[in-house]
Amino acid sequence: MAETERVPVLETRKLGISFGGLKAVNDFNIKIYQGELVGLIGPNGAGKTTVFNLLTGVYAPTEGTVLLNGVPLNGKKTHQFVAAGVARTFQNIRLFKQMSVIDNVRTAFTKDIRYNLFDATFRTKKFWQTEKAITEKAMELLAICHLEDKADVLASSLPYGQQRKLEIARALATDMKLLLLDEPAAGMNPTETAELLECINTIRDRFGIAILLIEHDMSLVMNVCERIQVIDYGQTIASGLPAEIAANPKVIAAYLGQ
Amino acid sequence: MKKNKTGFGYLLNTIVIILLFTAFQILTGVFGAEGPFKLVIVPCLWQCCYLIILAASLNLVLGFLGQLSLGHCGFMAIGAYTAALLSLACERAGVFQEKEGAVFILVLFGCILAAGILAALVGLLVGVPALRLKGDYLAIITLGFGMIIVNIINNLPFCGQDGLGQGSAAASLYKNGLGFGSKGKVAFLWVALLVTIVCIALMFMFIRSKYGRAIKAIRDDEIAASASGINTAYYKVFTFAYSAFFAGIAGALYACANATLSTSSFAFTNGGILNSTFVVVMVVLGGMGSITGSVVAAVIMFLVNYQIKNGSWVSALPASIQGVFEYPMLVYAIVLIVVILFRPKGIFGTYEFSLMNLGKDMKASLARKRAERAERKGAKSHG
Amino acid sequence: MSTFFQTLIVGLRLGSIYALIALGYTMVYGIIRLINFAHGDFIMVGGYTMIFTIPLALRMGLPAWAAVLAGVVVCVLVGVGTELIAYRPVRKTGTAMTALITAIAMSLFLENLAQAIPAIGPNPKVSSQIFASGGINIGSVTMEYTTIITIVISAVVMVILYEFTQKTRLGRAMRCVSEDKAAATLMGINVNHTILLTFAIGSGLAAVAALMYMAQYPKVYTTMGSLLGLKAFVSAVLGGIGIIPGAVLGGVVIGLVESFTTSYISSSMADTFVFLILIIVLVIKPAGIMGKNVGEKV
Repeated sequence: MAETERVPVLETRKLGISFGGLKAVNDFNIKIYQGELVGLIGPNGAGKTTVFNLLTGVYAPTEGTVLLNGVPLNGKKTHQFVAAGVARTFQNIRLFKQMSVIDNVRTAFTKDIRYNLFDATFRTKKFWQTEKAITEKAMELLAICHLEDKADVLASSLPYGQQRKLEIARALATDMKLLLLDEPAAGMNPTETAELLECINTIRDRFGIAILLIEHDMSLVMNVCERIQVIDYGQTIASGLPAEIAANPKVIAAYLGQ
Repeated sequence: MKKNKTGFGYLLNTIVIILLFTAFQILTGVFGAEGPFKLVIVPCLWQCCYLIILAASLNLVLGFLGQLSLGHCGFMAIGAYTAALLSLACERAGVFQEKEGAVFILVLFGCILAAGILAALVGLLVGVPALRLKGDYLAIITLGFGMIIVNIINNLPFCGQDGLGQGSAAASLYKNGLGFGSKGKVAFLWVALLVTIVCIALMFMFIRSKYGRAIKAIRDDEIAASASGINTAYYKVFTFAYSAFFAGIAGALYACANATLSTSSFAFTNGGILNSTFVVVMVVLGGMGSITGSVVAAVIMFLVNYQIKNGSWVSALPASIQGVFEYPMLVYAIVLIVVILFRPKGIFGTYEFSLMNLGKDMKASLARKRAERAERKGAKSHG
Repeated sequence: MSTFFQTLIVGLRLGSIYALIALGYTMVYGIIRLINFAHGDFIMVGGYTMIFTIPLALRMGLPAWAAVLAGVVVCVLVGVGTELIAYRPVRKTGTAMTALITAIAMSLFLENLAQAIPAIGPNPKVSSQIFASGGINIGSVTMEYTTIITIVISAVVMVILYEFTQKTRLGRAMRCVSEDKAAATLMGINVNHTILLTFAIGSGLAAVAALMYMAQYPKVYTTMGSLLGLKAFVSAVLGGIGIIPGAVLGGVVIGLVESFTTSYISSSMADTFVFLILIIVLVIKPAGIMGKNVGEKV
């Protein structure tokens, strides 16, 4: 058990949140290590996106802690979660629609840009160097997602599949250790899904990050994820290897609604 | 390659601005002494200058940050009063006697800067609580702050309704302080033009940097912006204060161009041109998210306002239409409704004018028109 | 002590007027999420209608307040017209921001249109006595009849309106539309008709508010609605916009703040305090005193 000695990228301890008496997520525990791709599945309304919102500081948990590389992130705001190394995409795509594709990515570098208003106003050397560096980095990220030829296009004019990829590229720009993907393949056709999976694999191999993936499509999750955690009504009902999950009667019951 | 091109662009802009500026100085020298240039054109230019700064500065908040602020004229009021009071104090302290010479110019720029800084500080003070709210609530809370600012100025013994008005201890700004008569306006027109150019340039630099990207991201999707690591609260408040800074400077120019100050001209319920809603009209008309648009719209609205009030062609119209023109705000209201209904993006949308890309933009625009025409034709032949 | 009670009564009366106007704001906001900036100007429309119809009513042997019927009719027409001409087209094509700017434009339009009409003009007009003068003396405090009527009518209107939205079919339809327009359409509710009805009721209330206002301050001018409307809107936000009892609570609070500031501090600071209260409440409880916080869905 070498894993127990390593510090997990993400660890949650008894994470929970209630909305006016309703426990949306309860006693949620997960550990994800570097380079792992973990799936989070569950029926509609099981609380998957709520977990993501807890992991990114959109909601403040009513119980429990989120630890990133062993550091607790209690009471931090979303942008502080991002600074600590958590990036995400959204179930319903949220791009900066009136900005160009490359600006969408460059925006995500903002927190690492060190020049100030003075540099920006007088266009100092520092300004030019920084802008040049982030533009190059942004182009690299767009290349990974096969969007480099769309750099100057308005984000809203991209087709659906490419918008999803742009969201991933933007998330990558935050220089994260943990990437949360909220139903990245939703609404995609099989070809687009295949391309997306390739993109996700490239990212994991190249950046060596941990990925937590929410997905509705069971077969997709079974194919790509190394471990899977299943939640229903905010409770973890199973976790383990894909084969174990597929055979777990509780999971089958939850999905078939028994 | 790209760097060289941008460098060339800056050089080109600077040269063109310097050329225009020199040409303007020569023109002023030749025609400045008397006639319509001194009595009509120069005062109008002064007004245009502060309206341009005011509209462009509101655009930072309304167009780029995407937050409706209805208290913008409050910051202008702060700027105007700061500059006026400071210059009066300087004169009383004997720093300058006549409105000429290096010392006066120094005081003048000092007052303008101080006006901006104080307005920015108040902007910070207002922005911290106000920008926690969004949309309609933000609109109403900024409106409230605007009213409070004006109301407080009104109740301050040293600058209240009478403080800088005629007949009071301070007398008129023309005689004392930094208010310019028509002669002074000609002599110091370069100050107004310079300040305007600098302000617009500063705003451009702001927009075309990480700040501009961050606030546009907040406008488009605040949740995604914070999930991309942007400290939304910081950038919102910062932009709000920066915008207030320019509004303050606009106020200082206003104080220069006017004989007296009265808080009622900055009040939300004021029916005149300096009304926070009027500034909103300018920004919407020009295009939310286009500084170029704000500049052009400010000039257009000023001209409309001026022509309605003073144009000779107005008296040639039938009396019934003239009656409408006695209420310019009615015309603005109709303009605003028509623009919102038929061209919600304003004249320019988010387009920015640039000398470098002028040729390219014009070609693109022609091509677009041709394509539209072809499409329409196609649609007709199909239908 | 008598100053205190007198101030209290003045505050309640003022608050009742604000509450009546705030009800109009709150109903419209509740259903289309739009600050109807023109609502304050509906009061002005109502006021002028009554200025012109009171002499007619008196000639016909009716009491002066009967003119409110004409005011209600005209206000309803103007309110419904505003919705049809300006708000509905913008709602279809624009964003929340463009809708708000349209509302501001409509307010400017109505105010300045009134000034441009020769029979109205920019100068204030004085109305004749509306309710009988005099009042009831309790110790050293006088309750004028006008005050009593104002407070009673506001209370009655609020109760009727509340019962209407809770118990009747149309009221339920209104609440449905305000919750979810798409779902309401699926339930067979005509959303556009319901919105029109809301505008009609809100604008009609503005005419009643105009009557109460004129009974107290018998002067009508074209910009009377802007500050009055603004404070009423502040009341609606303060109480929690979209909530009927909230609007009344907010109105009373604002009325009391204004009257107490005027009599104990300074009349010129009254507006400052009104807006200060608004700011404090919004910062502490962004959805207003009785409102519920609803976050954005992610």
